[in-house]
Amino acid sequence: MAGLENMVHSSPPVAVAAENRRLNAAGNGSLAPVPVIDFQRVVVLLGRFPALAGLDLQVSQGEIVVIRGANGAGKTTLLKAVSGLVTVAEGSAAVLGVDLRRDRRTVRRSVGLLGHQGFLYDDLTVSENIAFAVRAGGGDSARIGPAMERVGLVGRLRDLRVGACSAGQRRRTSLASMIARNPALWLLDEPHAGLDPDARDLLDTLVREAAAGGTTVLVASHDEARAEALATRVVTVGGGHVTDDRAVTHAP
Amino acid sequence: MLRDALTVLTKDLRIERRSKVTTTQIAPFGVMVLVLFAFGLDELVVRGPGESSANTVSAAAISAGLFWLATLFAALLAVQRSSALEQADGGRDGLRLSGMDPAGIFLGKSAAVFLQLAVLEVLLAIGVVLLFDATLRNPLLLAATTVPATIVLATTGTIYATLTGGQRSRDTLVPLLEFPLVAPILLAASQATRAALDDRSIDGWPWVRLLVVAALAFTALGVLLFDAVLEDL
Amino acid sequence: MNSQIAARVCAVLGAVVLGVVVVLGLFVTGPDVVQGEYVRMIYLHPATAWTAYSGIGVAAFASIAWLRTRKMSWDHLAGAGIEISAVFTFLALVTGSIWGRPTWNSWWQWDPRITSTTLLFFLSIGALTVRRLDGTVEQRARRSAVVVLLAAVNVPIVHFSVDWWRSLHQGRTLARVDRTISGLQLSTMLLSIVGFTLVFSALLILRARTNRWEDEAAQGGLGEAVSMRRSEATGGPAASPHPGTV
Repeated sequence: MAGLENMVHSSPPVAVAAENRRLNAAGNGSLAPVPVIDFQRVVVLLGRFPALAGLDLQVSQGEIVVIRGANGAGKTTLLKAVSGLVTVAEGSAAVLGVDLRRDRRTVRRSVGLLGHQGFLYDDLTVSENIAFAVRAGGGDSARIGPAMERVGLVGRLRDLRVGACSAGQRRRTSLASMIARNPALWLLDEPHAGLDPDARDLLDTLVREAAAGGTTVLVASHDEARAEALATRVVTVGGGHVTDDRAVTHAP
Repeated sequence: MLRDALTVLTKDLRIERRSKVTTTQIAPFGVMVLVLFAFGLDELVVRGPGESSANTVSAAAISAGLFWLATLFAALLAVQRSSALEQADGGRDGLRLSGMDPAGIFLGKSAAVFLQLAVLEVLLAIGVVLLFDATLRNPLLLAATTVPATIVLATTGTIYATLTGGQRSRDTLVPLLEFPLVAPILLAASQATRAALDDRSIDGWPWVRLLVVAALAFTALGVLLFDAVLEDL
Repeated sequence: MNSQIAARVCAVLGAVVLGVVVVLGLFVTGPDVVQGEYVRMIYLHPATAWTAYSGIGVAAFASIAWLRTRKMSWDHLAGAGIEISAVFTFLALVTGSIWGRPTWNSWWQWDPRITSTTLLFFLSIGALTVRRLDGTVEQRARRSAVVVLLAAVNVPIVHFSVDWWRSLHQGRTLARVDRTISGLQLSTMLLSIVGFTLVFSALLILRARTNRWEDEAAQGGLGEAVSMRRSEATGGPAASPHPGTV
């Protein structure tokens, strides 16, 4: 297993910003690391409803940030906005150094979203779905095999039509796609839902490995205890904006 | 762009091979339309080679029109199906998230629909020959007609079906948009097909030129606009 | 305020010109040898068709401009163009039908112009329907732009194909009259086109403005909506969360 972990996470995550530096506010060329996510006073509209209402959030590389909040508070919309799926109506929003209000498409390749929707095609098999995701998302096909192993999709399961898979298997397929693509930013929306405890543990392990390898992870979750154990930081969202933001320390 | 087109095309074709919707549902539907019309219009048709007269219509005239009518109905189904594939499980968002070139996605999906329609058209051509005793005088002309005309159906249908993707009303909306747009194309294709079948009174090649122009124009338009078509919010 | 003045000027000028046309058309010019009084339709029909096609042209131009700049004022203009085009296409069909009645002895014939105009009518209706779909204003503008541009590209295709088709079968065409009119009749017809164009411009401006106001009325209160949304966190007035995946 250790060898697989190394293979999966040894190559650096795909990032968009060619340079990792920028001018600081004084403009005198000194270096400050670009935050992976930089949202300021962001407003996102669904129809006419402001799902995100003036949200501020900065996330640095390698953090594991858990987003908690009531249903309807804006967690999913936040993840969608960060991934570049929905437009930012007002405010400033940059992900991986790219201004979302100018160019959303560049961001998408460097981001992995695992949400309520799995982006899976029922008529294709598990391995075909992952292969398509990697081919479409510009990943390395050599990573597919190890990714499937890492997630527990072995043997006959790989040739099973996704339409015939259980929810847990579907979730693992989407997860394997993401690992194979190896984006710089992971966005997980309620990833623990529908998984049995072993699978949840596996997910947590994968998240920690990814973060250790330089990936930044955002997790929206209802599972308080698990989230707390996993995170380096917990952000609470309510009414479309951030109401609480604290770092979490874990006993070594 | 072309690489992405190929990725999407192979995906759609693989799904088709697995689910066999075209061969088991769409193709039979198209042929059925042809057969029903042939049955209903039987009294009017003069079988075999011949010209129209006062009360009858030559086989070439009517079968050409019916060929394209059946193809149009089948095209609507094919295009809706192609779009429905992406509606399930957020496929459309998935395509957007992959960062693939929207023009490539457009070409890939249109090409998949085109191939499905091509299969149907072969069947319809056979049907026309059988049902109407039509003779295929000029197969080259027929091929030169069907390719651009089908391209127009596939590309415009893909654009409209994707544009109205999430809407509940899209089953009625796509035909509403598609029919007036392709009406001249069907007209041109019918005329050229008639010429290809039997009717010596018509020169089909000018129509083919028009069809080629239309095919190029709509494909180009799709390539330019599909980014806007695919975007949801 | 500029646009309002422009609209008023166009409207007034248009009314004056059309008034002259009415006088000339109904009283001063004489009936035709072949068509009798029906020839007076020439002062109505071509102008309505011209306006209809101008509407699509304006809408297409505005749609491209919107796609380039994403400024909503272009979408308002496009919407106005489509609507006016739909109305005048319909009028063109009606006037064309009336005009053709005596020549054809029926209310309808598939002559090239009527056929092209009918297809244009349905294209306009389709575009209008798409504009009314649920969604944000950006979605509306986007969908409309795509549909309008496809329709616009189609216009020449329709034109050529239908002309060819009808030239093959000696159908009775409407406007052979065009070639033979001259003098006062010609001037009156041209004048009617000018008049209709003025009226069209006025309508265009007014409708675009109304579109803008409709949008502003809907968008207005965004600040308020944002505050209400934020207060959800503390259990404020809008304490019940928005349904749906948020």
